[in-house]
Amino acid sequence: MASTFDTVAGIISETCDIPRESITPESHAINDLGIDSLDFLDVAFAIDKAFGIKMPLEQWTSEVNEGKISSDNYFVLKGLCANIDALVAAKAA
Amino acid sequence: MRLEYFQMVDRVVALDPAGGTVRADCHVPEASPVFEGHFPGHPLLPGVLMIETLAQTGGWLLLARTRFARMVFLAQVREAKLRSFVAPGRALVASARLVHDGSGYAVMEGRLEADGKRVADAELTFRIVAFPTPDLRAQMLDAARRVGVAEEWWDAG
Repeated sequence: MASTFDTVAGIISETCDIPRESITPESHAINDLGIDSLDFLDVAFAIDKAFGIKMPLEQWTSEVNEGKISSDNYFVLKGLCANIDALVAAKAA
Repeated sequence: MRLEYFQMVDRVVALDPAGGTVRADCHVPEASPVFEGHFPGHPLLPGVLMIETLAQTGGWLLLARTRFARMVFLAQVREAKLRSFVAPGRALVASARLVHDGSGYAVMEGRLEADGKRVADAELTFRIVAFPTPDLRAQMLDAARRVGVAEEWWDAG
């Protein structure tokens, strides 16, 4: 079974036409990989479908914009994957 | 339809916000300035306006789901197929089905039919955002009244 990171990296690679080998757990989706907001909608849709969740993107964006949390927490892939795992676990609970 | 005013939906005839489906009647006018250019002597409903019709139909569903608390904007069109020409005077039925209700976005499948035959379809992605101005919300409520979106779906203050 693929790890969360492998699945997310595969989605980003396919959706955004980014070489898979350039995507690492430390990659920032926006700052490093250059994913724009429209492509990120595609990524979010694919992640939501793949994991059966609804990522709270609006809440995350709001928290970042209000300075409550670093964007790294949600947009660096290891952080994103940790949040996905938490959402999957919460759904299963 | 009043093409030159981008009023593509005449009447929302079935709306199920919880179930994620909507259907609308859209009558292509016999005459419109649009047909003077598209095409001279051979009037056809432009394909982009078929897509716009699907987007507006799906948009009514999303507006109803938020009870007009938020505005929806078309962000992406995928797999658009324009299957048949549509001439002036045709009666169209547009329908849309919610595929995914994301956070701040939604994905829908739209289908346009004439005489029971599919003439266009597409997958549409919408951004769902705060109304940029109160006036736009008021305009959308006026339009909702015009197309027959029931008042029970308007109640966000």
